[in-house]
Amino acid sequence: MKLREIKEILNATVLTGEDELDREVIAACGSDLMSDVLAFVKDQAMLLTGLVNGQVIRTAEMMDIHAVIFIRGKKPSDEIVDLAESRDIVIMETELPMYIACGMLYSAGLTGGSSKK
Amino acid sequence: MSEPLMVLHYNVDGSDFTVAGEASGAVKKVLKQLGVGAEVIRKVAIAMYECEINMVIHAHGGSIDVEIRPESVRMIHKDVGPGIPDVEKAMQAGFSTASQQVRELGFGAGMGLPNMKKYTDEMKITTELGKGTIVDMTVYIK
Repeated sequence: MKLREIKEILNATVLTGEDELDREVIAACGSDLMSDVLAFVKDQAMLLTGLVNGQVIRTAEMMDIHAVIFIRGKKPSDEIVDLAESRDIVIMETELPMYIACGMLYSAGLTGGSSKK
Repeated sequence: MSEPLMVLHYNVDGSDFTVAGEASGAVKKVLKQLGVGAEVIRKVAIAMYECEINMVIHAHGGSIDVEIRPESVRMIHKDVGPGIPDVEKAMQAGFSTASQQVRELGFGAGMGLPNMKKYTDEMKITTELGKGTIVDMTVYIK
């Protein structure tokens, strides 16, 4: 699924990476716990999270996650947006809560998730 | 073991959580420039990042030496923190002594050491209470 479609489905606002919305995502992970993201997430994934700090971006960087969606209307600071921009990571925000956001993407066909590998 | 192609040294600031991950990100970039495979880079980045986070939240920072060889990447993390009282217990998934503050930042789930073990081919922990800890990890380049 392209990031552009995800933006539409979640009625999200792009904070950085507007020109990268043709990127393809094959899996997604919804978590506020970065330790779990580091343990279980697989390739070409996107992260949905209600946690807002710079370590979310660093975790994404280490995991080769190219897009992060902040849910429940959480607003990342300028420092976080700048960090994401420097790491070539797309950031969006949506007012939707985690359960609804994940459910909508899953229903739309984005069914790949975390793996135990 | 052959001579390292490259040796990198980083100091990890223990007082600033926001910069934890700088060293791991830098090493990731270097490995990419050297043309190392994506899977190896990912393993190194995750293991090193987990260790860097641990150094900041548990041990007031420290230093990291990275040795890059044609056949492996070795990361030696040294801190002068409190040491690990029970390494076996610390290796169990889910066991954590992290503070509530650290948990609110998205860490402290007790997955750090198990994750480092999972993503590396060799891992050795040398620790002494009140003196510090050395975590020595190697990822093979196949």
